[in-house]
Amino acid sequence: MATSEIQHTALTLHDQLPILQVAIPLLAAPLCVLVGQRHAAWWIAFISSFAAFVISCLLLVQVTDGSYISYEIGGWAPPLGIEYRVDALNAFMLFLVSGIATLILPFASASIGQEVPERNHTLLYSCFLLCLTGLLGVLITGDAFNVFVFLEISSLSTYVLVAQGAYRDKRALTAAYDYLIMGTIGATFFVIGLGFLYMATGTLNMADIAARIAEQGDNRTVRAAFAFILVGMGLKVAIYPLHHWLPNAYTFAPSAITAFLAATATKVAIYVWLRFMFGVFRPDFLFDVYTLQFIILPFGLIAMFAASFVAIFQRDFKRMLAYSSIAQIGYMLLGIGLISATGLTATISHLFNHGITKAALFMGVGALVFYSGSSFYDRLEGRGRTMPWTSAAIVIGGLSLIGVPGTAGFVSKWVLVQAAFEKGWWPIAALIVASSLLAVIYVWRVIETLYLTAPAEGAARREAPLPMLIPLWIAALSCIYFGFDGVFVVDIARTAAEGLLTSPTPLPLLEGN
Amino acid sequence: MIDMFPVAFLFFLGAAVLPILKNGNLRAAILLVVPVIALLSVWSLPEGNLWTVSFLGFDLDFVRVDKLSRIFALIFCIAAFLGNLYAWHVRDLIQQVAALLYAGSAIGAVFAGDLLTLFLYWEGTAIASVFLIWARRTQGAYHTGMRYLIVQISSGVILLAGAAVFYHETGSLVFEQMTLGSLGTWLIFIAFGIKCAFPLLHNWLQDSYPAATITGTVILSSFTTKLAVYSLARGFAGTEMLIYIGAIMTLFPIFYAVIENDLRRVLAYSLNNQLGFMVVGVGVGTELALNGTAAHAFAHILYKSLLFMSIGAVLFRTGTAKGSELGGLYKTMPLTMIFCVIGAASISAFPLFSGFVTKSLILSASAKEGYYVVWGILLFASAGVFHHSGIKIPYFAFFAHDSGLRPKEAPKNMLWAMGMTSFLCIAVGVYPDPLYALLPYEVKYVSYTTEHVVTQLQLLFFSALAFTVLMRTGIYPPELRSVNLDSDWTYRKFLPRVVMNIAGLMNRIWMAQTSFWTQKLETIVRQLYRSHGPEGRIARVWPTGAMVLWISVFLGATLIVNYLS
Repeated sequence: MATSEIQHTALTLHDQLPILQVAIPLLAAPLCVLVGQRHAAWWIAFISSFAAFVISCLLLVQVTDGSYISYEIGGWAPPLGIEYRVDALNAFMLFLVSGIATLILPFASASIGQEVPERNHTLLYSCFLLCLTGLLGVLITGDAFNVFVFLEISSLSTYVLVAQGAYRDKRALTAAYDYLIMGTIGATFFVIGLGFLYMATGTLNMADIAARIAEQGDNRTVRAAFAFILVGMGLKVAIYPLHHWLPNAYTFAPSAITAFLAATATKVAIYVWLRFMFGVFRPDFLFDVYTLQFIILPFGLIAMFAASFVAIFQRDFKRMLAYSSIAQIGYMLLGIGLISATGLTATISHLFNHGITKAALFMGVGALVFYSGSSFYDRLEGRGRTMPWTSAAIVIGGLSLIGVPGTAGFVSKWVLVQAAFEKGWWPIAALIVASSLLAVIYVWRVIETLYLTAPAEGAARREAPLPMLIPLWIAALSCIYFGFDGVFVVDIARTAAEGLLTSPTPLPLLEGN
Repeated sequence: MIDMFPVAFLFFLGAAVLPILKNGNLRAAILLVVPVIALLSVWSLPEGNLWTVSFLGFDLDFVRVDKLSRIFALIFCIAAFLGNLYAWHVRDLIQQVAALLYAGSAIGAVFAGDLLTLFLYWEGTAIASVFLIWARRTQGAYHTGMRYLIVQISSGVILLAGAAVFYHETGSLVFEQMTLGSLGTWLIFIAFGIKCAFPLLHNWLQDSYPAATITGTVILSSFTTKLAVYSLARGFAGTEMLIYIGAIMTLFPIFYAVIENDLRRVLAYSLNNQLGFMVVGVGVGTELALNGTAAHAFAHILYKSLLFMSIGAVLFRTGTAKGSELGGLYKTMPLTMIFCVIGAASISAFPLFSGFVTKSLILSASAKEGYYVVWGILLFASAGVFHHSGIKIPYFAFFAHDSGLRPKEAPKNMLWAMGMTSFLCIAVGVYPDPLYALLPYEVKYVSYTTEHVVTQLQLLFFSALAFTVLMRTGIYPPELRSVNLDSDWTYRKFLPRVVMNIAGLMNRIWMAQTSFWTQKLETIVRQLYRSHGPEGRIARVWPTGAMVLWISVFLGATLIVNYLS
């Protein structure tokens, strides 16, 4: 349903979906605190994120044909008013983020019981909802400054969430502190970039900025804006040399939080990148193309290998997964660096597929840690026998991480290899395969630990509680489902990629100018 | 039922059911029933592409039936049945599941109509089969299995790379006749070559087969390499290079087989040599030659399994398969001895045994196309086969000096399996017409002409005569315990020494090279660990200031790229 003409009257609830997407979790967050009882808070959080998930599905259905929905906040028309704009790309991301949030919450209800003192549970759910609000807001808004505001909402709540790991390991505090410093620098750079853009164009609506830049051509201000936005967001993406906040934050945060962040936070940052690199600045500009080819692509390749090697040598399962995330982000950067519809399709589908894969794996670690108390390999030996269901799900996730045919990871890597072939860049395709072989090694170390070593003396068979096991298996089975029905993801990703690469329809108001 | 799903899925279904069944006999029965049903359905499959699935915009042909794929699928079903019957007494669930998955993957691969499906099953055979080696559960078997797995997976990865490049070059993934020349076809060719144990790519075979369990070796010997032969016949028939590769393959394992003491390893070498015949057939590529390859693969799977079965039975009863420790077993294992001799006669191509009617097709084809040198090599190799498989194996296991071992006769299920295999070997040899009818092309070939029979008998009898005379007169250095039957007696002292020297030299070079690369690799891994390990530069936790420094460096780099463009 493309509504380029907006009726200002007689809006039905259905037309209000874009604002409800953000408003529901936003309002639910303080409600949690007001209610002040942890079980009630959990229910509020779960119901509101489930509602957000349903809304995202409804939105996604409307835009899979490549159209977009424009929603004016408070009836103020863009570019002066704030516009929410839903197209295939962000509808798909909304679907992923709200879906993962809904999946993680039941898991969290069991896992944080051991990791976070009970008096903090209510506040933790509230922060979780704020983080969700921020991520959804970043995705849905069509206003550049609004992106910054929501980004800060999600970031600030994320720092708190990471610091909650301190009750098990004090290092969570330094991890959160580092993340805070890095995140703030990133956000500052981002807002500096926005400032430059505002200086150059006098508007903050993204579609409007794009149209005006296209009109006036590039200049130093625009270029500086691009560089600052790229680096600022690059920090959030954890592009290779700027990734140092990530391993600690992921390792020391509570398991459920790690699973949520790993599956969503960096993905949303990549979404913002895509929006700015292809939606606002266009690859018609040479500086855009050069930056993608000479900065993003090489660092993506370096990440694929350096981070994989680090992952191979890790002795801590959770930390290994954190480094593997950095390596997998390398694949997504590679897809961006190829600057083609197929490359972007690969990036977008890998965003999704890697999101569910990592959610499964981090939940798996969380379930293992639930009894062993530590994610070091030597504490997990022989768990394949004592926790067969958890371990089997981890194996499925691991296969998808490698990209074994029949799993979700394969589909997006396959598209990525195709994109490299399309350009005729053989060596890159070979590097993708080679780096997947490194993934075989680090995943094998996990399988070896779980299955090929003897369990500790007297370890009884004790499976993780069902609230953890069910979300874990939903994630693991969706890895397989999306591996066989790859078309669903790839089709939406392709529509999204093509939407990014074709210039957006100019705003009606602009035509009048 | 057949139209509903591919034959390979029958095996997978069987494998899925196995873990549920608690009763050992029931499980073993499933292992027998599945190949029989599969055999019947393969028999009745019409020709054509029967089961196509669309995946990511590709059409995957899971069941492409023609005469070439059918004969291979048939013999695979038979081999699976016989191997499983032989393994009736095994109650190890892992081995049982692996055997079914392995046979299913091999059959699936034979029916694969496109390269992607082929790749899936190709990896399937690799992964399923390694468990037959690991099932021995020794440290050595674990390492051997790992080496085997690495080689097999590499072959699959190369195949996938080749398929991708091939798709890019031609826009098609259909698995049909290809011509060597482009990168894609070369990659595919090398992938096939690894699985087919081409010279210098062959070491995994002799390394792994003797390391598997007794029953595992029988099953292993049937599928992997023959799948590769099928793939070559399908993809690269008539590629002249294959003739020479095949000729070398028939030749060099003989020397190794001569000096090898472990009888299962001797058989592994001789397997390699037999593959050479088939590869030559593929290389010649005429209708007669391809018929020969298919027929030889059929017969070969039978008699090679039979030999592995009989030596396996000896190993089962005595705990050793070393030629120097065995001997005189005919007294207590007469039936096993008879079956072993039948297998030996078949592999040596005695008239009235299966090898005779199939090998002669390949020999005739190469002579007919004018490859006389190759024909000569094959003839020499035939004599070599007769020596190391035909005489050496039964002689050292069952006759020779009396080792004093008095083991019991092999278990009933093994005897039945060996008996049925023996029957098939003789049946094919005596009455080859049904086999000929199954071959990919029409056969206008008569194997039992006076000329063929006399030539073959001359070759065999002179070899046997030489062996007997030399053993009787004791001219042979006893520690060598082998006779090179094809050479004149003047060479009898010289050649073994040359062989020993060459083998020793090759061995030294191989060891030196291996240790060189191992050291290199270790250095690399050590360096990687120093930089990427948990305490390495790259993985260390950085102070906040250092992170900020990197941000400014990155911003600077981005600004420079931006302003320069």
